[in-house]
Amino acid sequence: MRHPLRTSAGLAGAVLVALMVILAIIGPPIWGATAERIDSAAILQGASAAHPLGTDNLGRDILARVLVAGRLSLTLALLATLIGAGAGTVLGALPSVLPRRLGRLVTGTVNALVAFPGLLLSMFIAVVTGLGARGAVLGIGAAIAPGFARLTQTLAASVAKADYVAAARMLRVPRRRVMTRHILPNIAEPLILNLTQALGGALLALAGMSFLGLGVQPPSFDWGRLLFDGFSRIYATPAVALGPAVAVALAGIGFNLLGDALANAASRKPTPARKARLRAAPDTTGLGEPAPEAVLEVRDLTVAFPGGVTPVRGLSLTIAPGEIIGLVGESGSGKSLTASAIGGLVPYPGEVSAGRLRLCGADVRELPEAERRKLLGTSLAMVFQDPMASLNPALKVGGQLAEVATVHQGASRAEARGRALDRLGHVHIPEPARRARQHPHELSGGMRQRVVIAMGLMGSPRLIIADEPTTALDVTVQRQILRLLREVTDETGAATLFISHDIAVVGELCDRVVVMYAGRVVEELPVEELASGAAHPYTRALVASLPDMETDRSRPLASIPGRQPSPAELAEADGTAGGCAFAARCELATARCAQRPPLVDHGKAHRVACWEA
Amino acid sequence: MIIKNLTVRFGAFTAVDDVTLEIPSGAIVGLVGESGSGKSTLARAVAGLVPYTGAVEGCDQRRVQMVFQDPQASLDPRMTVGASVAEGLRLPRAARQAEVERLLSLVSLPAALAGRYPRELSGGQRQRVAIARALCARPEVLVADEITSALDVSVQGAVLNLVRSLREELGFSMLFISHNLAVVRYVSDVVAVMHRGRLVEMGPTEDVVGTPKDGYTRSLIDAVPRLGRS
Amino acid sequence: MAEPTRPPAAGPRRALAGRVRGGLVLRRVVRFAISLAVLLVASFGMIHLIPGDPVRASLGPAAPVELVEARREALGLDQPILSQLVSYVRHVLGGDFGTSFLSGEPVGDIIAARLPNTVALALSATVVALLAAVPLGMWAAIRTENGRNRGTEVTFTSATGAAVAVPEFLYSIALVTVFAIGLGWLPPAGKAGPESYLLPIAALAIAPMAMIARISRVETLRELGTDYIRLARAKRLPTARLYLRHVLPNTLTATLTVGGLLLTGLIAGSVLVEYVFAWPGLGLRVVESITQKDYPVAQGVILVYGAIVLVVNLLVDLLLGLLDPTSALKET
Repeated sequence: MRHPLRTSAGLAGAVLVALMVILAIIGPPIWGATAERIDSAAILQGASAAHPLGTDNLGRDILARVLVAGRLSLTLALLATLIGAGAGTVLGALPSVLPRRLGRLVTGTVNALVAFPGLLLSMFIAVVTGLGARGAVLGIGAAIAPGFARLTQTLAASVAKADYVAAARMLRVPRRRVMTRHILPNIAEPLILNLTQALGGALLALAGMSFLGLGVQPPSFDWGRLLFDGFSRIYATPAVALGPAVAVALAGIGFNLLGDALANAASRKPTPARKARLRAAPDTTGLGEPAPEAVLEVRDLTVAFPGGVTPVRGLSLTIAPGEIIGLVGESGSGKSLTASAIGGLVPYPGEVSAGRLRLCGADVRELPEAERRKLLGTSLAMVFQDPMASLNPALKVGGQLAEVATVHQGASRAEARGRALDRLGHVHIPEPARRARQHPHELSGGMRQRVVIAMGLMGSPRLIIADEPTTALDVTVQRQILRLLREVTDETGAATLFISHDIAVVGELCDRVVVMYAGRVVEELPVEELASGAAHPYTRALVASLPDMETDRSRPLASIPGRQPSPAELAEADGTAGGCAFAARCELATARCAQRPPLVDHGKAHRVACWEA
Repeated sequence: MIIKNLTVRFGAFTAVDDVTLEIPSGAIVGLVGESGSGKSTLARAVAGLVPYTGAVEGCDQRRVQMVFQDPQASLDPRMTVGASVAEGLRLPRAARQAEVERLLSLVSLPAALAGRYPRELSGGQRQRVAIARALCARPEVLVADEITSALDVSVQGAVLNLVRSLREELGFSMLFISHNLAVVRYVSDVVAVMHRGRLVEMGPTEDVVGTPKDGYTRSLIDAVPRLGRS
Repeated sequence: MAEPTRPPAAGPRRALAGRVRGGLVLRRVVRFAISLAVLLVASFGMIHLIPGDPVRASLGPAAPVELVEARREALGLDQPILSQLVSYVRHVLGGDFGTSFLSGEPVGDIIAARLPNTVALALSATVVALLAAVPLGMWAAIRTENGRNRGTEVTFTSATGAAVAVPEFLYSIALVTVFAIGLGWLPPAGKAGPESYLLPIAALAIAPMAMIARISRVETLRELGTDYIRLARAKRLPTARLYLRHVLPNTLTATLTVGGLLLTGLIAGSVLVEYVFAWPGLGLRVVESITQKDYPVAQGVILVYGAIVLVVNLLVDLLLGLLDPTSALKET
C-alpha cells in the first residue's frame, strides 16, 4: 500500500480534514460566547474591522458563528453517516443470511433505492418527520444506506467466490469463522475507505438541507443554516455568505480528496521509483555490413526503463524471408518487450535503442514519419496472446479488417471490403461474408485468432510477429493456428517471429530457435538440434523439465532450482561485476561465470553464450 | 473413491453429464480435457463445492481436499502462510506450530516462511503452501485442478515431482486435472478424457495414450506439440 | 480444420435474437412498472406516516375544529385506508394530484406549469456536462497514459476531485455573486431570455462534468491498455481514427451509465439551484410546500421526481442495450 499522504492532493485533504476536526473541538469553547452575543447597535452590518464577515439580524458576529457551527455540522454529518453505513451494511449482509427469495427481495429493493438521489429520499423523510435536524439526519442516513448496502453485497459476493473461501469450506472451517477470518477482513477496508467519502457527502447534503430551510432550525445553527440566513442578503453584503460557503466547500473538498487518496493507495500497486535516465546511442561501428536480403535485422537492441531497469539487453536477430524464428523464454525474460520494440510499441516510459533496426531493408528510425507509418502499418503484422482481447468489441469484424486497406493503401470502401472477404477466406473462415458482418463476441476463440491473422494479411506483410498467439487456446485449436501460421508464411514469403514460453510449441513450428534468459539471448540454434543438441545448460534444462509423450514416467522430471532474476533485481546487480545471469541456478557454474560469456558461434548456425558449452 | 453417475447442471446447461469414474486407493487418476469440457466442474463437485446429482462413494467427503489453479487467488492475502496452513488443524496452540513446520517441510519449504504473507512468495512457493494447507486435513483424496498452469515451465517440474513424491510418502489417492496431456500422462496411473461434459475414454495411462479408442482422444494426442516434429 | 462453428442458418438465428431482445425489453419494462407501483404506494404512505394528524399539523393548533374536519373529509382521510389508496391511485392515474392547501390550485396544474422548466434545466446541464467532460477525460487519459506527464495527472485529478466535492448551491451562489452582482453581466434570478439559462446550467453542470471527466479518463486508460488498441496502433492508424473509432465507443457504456445516474442526481440538484436562482421550476415549489406543510403539493412533486428517476433509468438501460454489442439486446 502506497502511503496515501505521499500525493499533494492526499496531503491537502488530510490537512483540511484535520483542521475541521480541530475546529469542531475548539470552536465552541473559544468563540461560543461571541457567537451568541447580541448587539443591537450592530445589526445587519457588512464586513468591517470589528466583524470581518459582518453581523446578522441580531448583531451577532458571523465569523464567530461560522467557527462555532463547525461542530454541529460535523457531528450531524458523522451521525448521518454512521446511521447510513450501519443500516447499509446490515442490509447488504442480509441476503447472504436470509432465505433465498427474501434475500432476492432485499437485493431488488436495494438496487431500486440506489437509483434515487439522496436529496429526494431526504425530502421524503423530511415531510414525514417534519422540519429539523433530526429529520435531516435520518433522511441523509436513509440516502446513504442503499449505496453502502450495494457495496457490501458486491464485496461480500466477490470474496465468497474466492478460492481461499472454497479451501476453507473444504477444511470444514465453521461458517462463522469463515465470515470473521476471511470475508470481513477482506471487505472491511473498502467499506471503511468509503466512510470517508460518505462523510463528506453527508456534510454537503446536510448543508444543502439546512440551506433550503429543511434542516437545522433556529436557534441552532450549522453552516447550511448560516448560508440560508446570509443568502437573502448577498445583494447588499455578499461577504455574509462568504464564511459559511467557504467552510462548506473546504470541508467537502477535504473529505473528498482524502477519501480519493486513501482509495488510490489501497488499490494501486507500489510504483517503482522513477528516475529519468537518458541512454547514450550505442556505438554503431563494428556492426558489419547490413544483410540486404533479411526481412528484419536487429543489432544490439536494448529496452530500458527509468531506474536502470533494462528488461532487454543487447539483443541481435536476423530473419530471412520465409523463415519462422521461435523466441522462447520464461515470463520476465524480455521476449514480449522485444516484440514490442520491433513493432515500435514499447509503452512510455520505456526507451528503445539499437545499433541497427532494419525492416525490409530500411532502418525504420531513419524513415520520415509518414513512410514509417505506412511501412509498419502494411509490412508488419502482429498477433497477440488473447484473441478475446485482440479485436475491438464495438466494431464489426469486416470493418476492422478493411480499415488497413482504406487507411494505408487508399482503397475504396468496396475494394477494401472485397479484400477483407478474400483474406478471411484465406485463413479458412467459412462463410466470410456472414462473419464479416458479425461482432467479435459472436466468434469462437480460434476463429478470432484467424481474423487477427487475416487482418495482418490485409497489407503485404513481410514480417509477422506472433506474441504467444496460441497460449489462450485449446490444444486442438492451437494445432490449427500453428498450421495456419506455417501456411501463411510459406505462401506470402513473409518471415515470422513466434514468441512463446512453450519450448515444445516452438520446436514444432519453427525453423530456428532463440532462447532468452534475463533479457539476453543465451542460445540460438536450428530446431533440429533443440531436442538433443542444445549447448546452453538453461536450454537443456528447459527441454528436460518439459514432459512430453515420451518422457520416462519412472524418473523425476528435471527442474531448475531458484528462479530467474527479475529486471529490477538485475538492475541492482548491474552495479557489481555482472556475470552470467544464469550462474546462480547452474550446476556447471565455475569461477569464470563471474564474467559474462559472449554469444559466440558454436557450430553451423548455432550460437551460444556459455563458458562451459 | 467411486464417482457414480455424477451430473452437474447450471440452469439449462449441463456441465458434467452422467460421469462414472473410479479413483482406486493410492492411485493417481489424470483427467484431461479442453476448456469447457467440465473437468473443473467435476473436480468442484467431488470436493463438495457445487451441488450435483449422482453419488460419490467409498470415501468420506470430508477427507477430500483440493488444490486450485492460481495459488495467488487461493491464499487469503491477509493471512500469513502459517495461519493459512493451520486453518484446518484442530490442535492446541502449542502443537500447532510444530505441525505447521512439519507440513511446510513436507512440501520442502523452510519453517521461517510461516510468518510471511503470500505476496512475499514466488508462484511456486505459493503453490507449495496451498498443497501444505490441503495436506493438513490428512486427505484420502487430493483433487489437483490445473495446479501447474499458472507456473513457469522451470518451476512446473519441481511441483509435479513434489506431488508424486508426496503420494508415495503419504499414500493418498489423487484426481489430477490438466489440459496438458503430456503432464497428465507423466503423473497419472489412469487417464480419463472428458469432452463436452461427458467421459469419452478411460483406462491405464499407457493404453489410453498408446492405443486410444475414442476419436476425440486421438485428436487430442495428435495435437500435443512435440519438439522438432516438423 | 473442424472448428466448432455456430449454426449457419441466418433466419432462425435472427428470430431468436429478436426474441431475446424482446424478452429483455419486456423484463426492463416489467421492472419499471413494479417500481412505479411501489413508488405510488410510497408517496401515498408518506402522508400516512406523518405522526399525528397531518391536517392539524398543516393548519396549526389555532385552526377551528370544523375546518380541520372539513379538510379531512375533502382529502378522504376519514375513509378506510385501503379505499383511500385505491382512490388515490385512480386519481393520480387520471392526472388529479389533489389541490394545494395554500393556494387552492390543482397540484396537477402546478406540475404541468413548472415541470418543463425543471426538465429544460436538468437536460441542458446533462448535455453540457457530457459534451465537455468526455473529450476532457479522453484528452487527460491520452496525455497521462502509463504515468506520462505527471503534472497533468496531478492537476487533473486534484482539480476534478475538488470540483466534484463542491455542491451545486455553492456554485450557484458563487456564480450569482461574481457574474450577476459583481460584474452585472447576467441576470441574478428568474427565467427570462436565453441568457438567464447560463448561470443555472453552469452551476448545475460543473460538478457532474468533473465527475464524468474522471470516469471518462479511467475508462479511456483502461481501453488504451487493451490488446486491440495495441493492435490498432501496430496497424499505424491515424490518431483521430484510433481514438474516435476504436477507443471512444468502448468508453461510452460506463460513461453513459454514470451519466444516467447523474441526470437523476441533477433532477435533485436542480432543487437547490432553482432555489438560488428563483427558477420557476418544481424545486422551488417543493421546498416551499415542505416548509409550509402543503402536503398535497409535496406529495405530488416528490412522486413526479421519483417517476422521472425511474423513467431515466429505464431509458438508460434500453440505450445501453442498443449501444453495447456484447449485450444480447443488439444483434445483426
